[in-house]
Amino acid sequence: MASARIIGPAAVPEAASTPRRIEPVAGVPLIFELSSAGRRATDLPPRAPGERRGAEIIGAELCREDLPGFPELSEPQVIRHFLRLSQLNFSQALQFYPLGSCTMKYNPVVNDELAALAGLAQLHPATPAHLAQGALEILARMEAALAEITGMDAVSLHPAAGAQGELTGLLMVRAYHRKRGEARRKVIIPDTSHGTNPASCTLAGFDVIVAKSNRRGYLEAAEVRRLVSDDVAAMMVTNPNTLGIFEPEIQDIAAALHDRGAMLYMDGANMNALLGVAKPGHMGADVVQLNLHKTFSTPHGGGGPGAGPVAVKKHLEPFLPHPRLRRGAAGYEFDPERPDSIGRMRSFHNNFGMIVRAYAYILALGGDGLGMASRLAILGANYLRKRLEPHFPSATGEPSMHECVLSHDLEKRADVSTLEIAKRLLDFGIHPPTIYFPLVVHGALMIEPTETESKEILDSFVDAMERIYAEALNDPERVKNAPQTLPVSRVDEAAAARHPILRWEKKA
Amino acid sequence: MPHTESDIAAMLKTVGAKHLDDLIAHVPANLRASAAINLERGRTEADVVREISALAARNTGASGFASFLGAGYYRHYVPAAVRAVLARAEFATSYTPYQAEASQGTTQAIFEFQTLITQLTAMEVANASMYDGASAAAEAVLMARRMMPRRPIVALSRALWPDYRATIRTYLSALEGIEIVELPFDGATGATDLSALDRIADNRLLCVVTGYPNALGIIEPLGAIAQVTHRAGAVAISATAEGLALGLLRAPGELGVDIAVGEGQSFGLPLQFGGPGVGFMAARLTHIRQMPGRLVGQTRDRDGRRAFCLTLSTREQHIRRERATSNICTNHSLCALAVTVYLSLMGRVGLRELAERNVELAHQAAAVLEAAGIRRRFSGPFFNEFALKLANPSAALEAAERRQILAGVTLGIDYSELSDALLVSVTEMNHGDEFTRLAAAIAEVQ
Repeated sequence: MASARIIGPAAVPEAASTPRRIEPVAGVPLIFELSSAGRRATDLPPRAPGERRGAEIIGAELCREDLPGFPELSEPQVIRHFLRLSQLNFSQALQFYPLGSCTMKYNPVVNDELAALAGLAQLHPATPAHLAQGALEILARMEAALAEITGMDAVSLHPAAGAQGELTGLLMVRAYHRKRGEARRKVIIPDTSHGTNPASCTLAGFDVIVAKSNRRGYLEAAEVRRLVSDDVAAMMVTNPNTLGIFEPEIQDIAAALHDRGAMLYMDGANMNALLGVAKPGHMGADVVQLNLHKTFSTPHGGGGPGAGPVAVKKHLEPFLPHPRLRRGAAGYEFDPERPDSIGRMRSFHNNFGMIVRAYAYILALGGDGLGMASRLAILGANYLRKRLEPHFPSATGEPSMHECVLSHDLEKRADVSTLEIAKRLLDFGIHPPTIYFPLVVHGALMIEPTETESKEILDSFVDAMERIYAEALNDPERVKNAPQTLPVSRVDEAAAARHPILRWEKKA
Repeated sequence: MPHTESDIAAMLKTVGAKHLDDLIAHVPANLRASAAINLERGRTEADVVREISALAARNTGASGFASFLGAGYYRHYVPAAVRAVLARAEFATSYTPYQAEASQGTTQAIFEFQTLITQLTAMEVANASMYDGASAAAEAVLMARRMMPRRPIVALSRALWPDYRATIRTYLSALEGIEIVELPFDGATGATDLSALDRIADNRLLCVVTGYPNALGIIEPLGAIAQVTHRAGAVAISATAEGLALGLLRAPGELGVDIAVGEGQSFGLPLQFGGPGVGFMAARLTHIRQMPGRLVGQTRDRDGRRAFCLTLSTREQHIRRERATSNICTNHSLCALAVTVYLSLMGRVGLRELAERNVELAHQAAAVLEAAGIRRRFSGPFFNEFALKLANPSAALEAAERRQILAGVTLGIDYSELSDALLVSVTEMNHGDEFTRLAAAIAEVQ
């Protein structure tokens, strides 16, 4: 199988068994170091004779003298520089990238072409609505599709990313309670939650109460009943949770919250487990945010841009952020009057370019295809969990959904840490899983293979993990000194934090 | 999806299941029973392309018009080299560079972005990017609050972009002990009223946020504003929606600003109906611990080679949780890469020349309009955007549209006192012939 060659253990040369002495060499120079005074990549048409320069027109006192340090290069240099940089990266397109909770699935290349269509890419956000009906229709169809997928009543595509979606949702919850004259200052968050959840709570003015998951790794409605009070505005639950477990008591949890007038906020970061499997709306969620760059295949971009739509039940609809799409007499338009709206979270409408891509993905898969995507993602995670079980047992006995969280005994047996295992995986051409998360599992490896990856790829991952396990026992130094086949060896992150160098500076 | 039937069968056998649905049998039955997604069947790639192309074609305003639309998002030429780099899957399909050794491309590019932003703003430190200019402005106010937690008054210039003001209001809406005041602008010049700022400049003032240039197109006296702000011991924040202006105008850092934020869309990103753009944020080194978002730092690998990695992450949500400086996680990294490539291409000379070209063309347009009897609404200096004073801006828009011109954005929507004003933006994408057509169209109805 060709795939075995792509990521198989053969990629690691035998000579790497002892730490290689690599002489310090310059990697890719910084763009500033390639600069040469007077070189340029662009040209503008010449001024008409006698035409005054911009600086003269507005007056020198308003103008800067120079852009000191700014690069001066030719276009071929710029292209070569950035293409060389690109080659220093692992990416989903080139490597298995089972980063847990990040849903690194394939990003269909046609979707990038579609977003770049002139009618979409060159459309100014202030274009009058009657000249932008195609774009508004995409938004309307996308809202409807996400409402159907989540089982919710209304959707806003406004938030720029999942974390902004969380803040949006929490501010809506807050506005809802205020409108009813209730202050409610607390939000319950499970100990397995993503870090964005408590951070969003703080921004939304809520104090956090931590709910403990039980020994089996999920939340009990009894624990929620114990914590909920008239001062609790909502509980944020990620389902499946960060252990990859479907919260079995989610409906009772929703009821426990609703009984006391509190809401269920569902973090939809793990929606890739739920397509056609269970709808958040039916679980009792009042609000859920989605991450289009995860479940709906828009490129992760080295850390964004994403998009974080929020879907809500009817009672929260009046509080959705500005601007809100509506169907007017002459077509789609934005509704200027929504007195209960929490306001806006960003400029203009939304991350339209990402929404186009996600819409194309939904069209391509259709309702059935989305359901199959989740099922195959779940199959992949369970397959890895089962095959890795002998040396990397699951942190929980509960069934896994689209990701599994594993642990290991190498720290005890060989003084080899999870971080070192992760770094060694790089030598096998595999991006490591999310590590040390969730915090409730010691030395966790959080693995999300997604439906993208074939059985051969999963098998070679298992081979690599097994081999690392054996190495850790027989030749721990090899693991501890990884990676050895990448453009750089282990990066000293502690030094970076101790002596922050955050920009290039011209040598005096 | 790559799974053959025999793959699925083999994998199911390994996990001890017969059918795919056995794997979700533990999900409550009532939820599964109603989970089917009632959407159309999947389509072929050709069909999807046909469908979305047809929708794109209905956006008649995207092409065929001479456009003077700006108001926070600007039409600039995007060099092909920018798109070529962004199309690289090694950049586009990687994620947040948690594994430094496998992310030197992304981390070095971010380090270069941070450097370019500090050079552009004349500040000491810049982060790896924010969502957009408006949310960056909101984060800047939150950062100012961490710098001086006891001061209540947040002053927003009324001439700051309406979207930015609205976003700041939302971000602050849940925090206690904050009072937002708006500083009026001078009705004649269009610049923030310094005397109004002077009146509130005391030890209750937390920060002042000013557009640079502002939402009326005017180049604010940022130095004077920063000076008054500092006299009160408060934090001066500038927000720039037209990043290109910083290629020519005095840098916020030179003028005493403490936090400079803005929108990078002008630097190589398509209009894309308003997003994704990219926010930037730059500040003084002394405030680094209060900064939100990712930061990349330079360090060494075990063999002494230069390397880059995410750093100072104890400020961030994944470490500090509810005590983090912000909840931001995914930012707009790929858009920041576009900015990095764009600014590298434009370079030290090219960026300034392009900025000057924008000034020249905008002033040419203003002169052509003035010759047709159409005057500017404000007298203050402007970069590439200016407001016209018109009896009936809506009628002017309609008349222009009939001549295949998108004449601008009416300011009356956001400013009740400016129902007589139309905001016109001119960039290197416009040319002289369009100015004459615009003047003729507006003159027809004024």
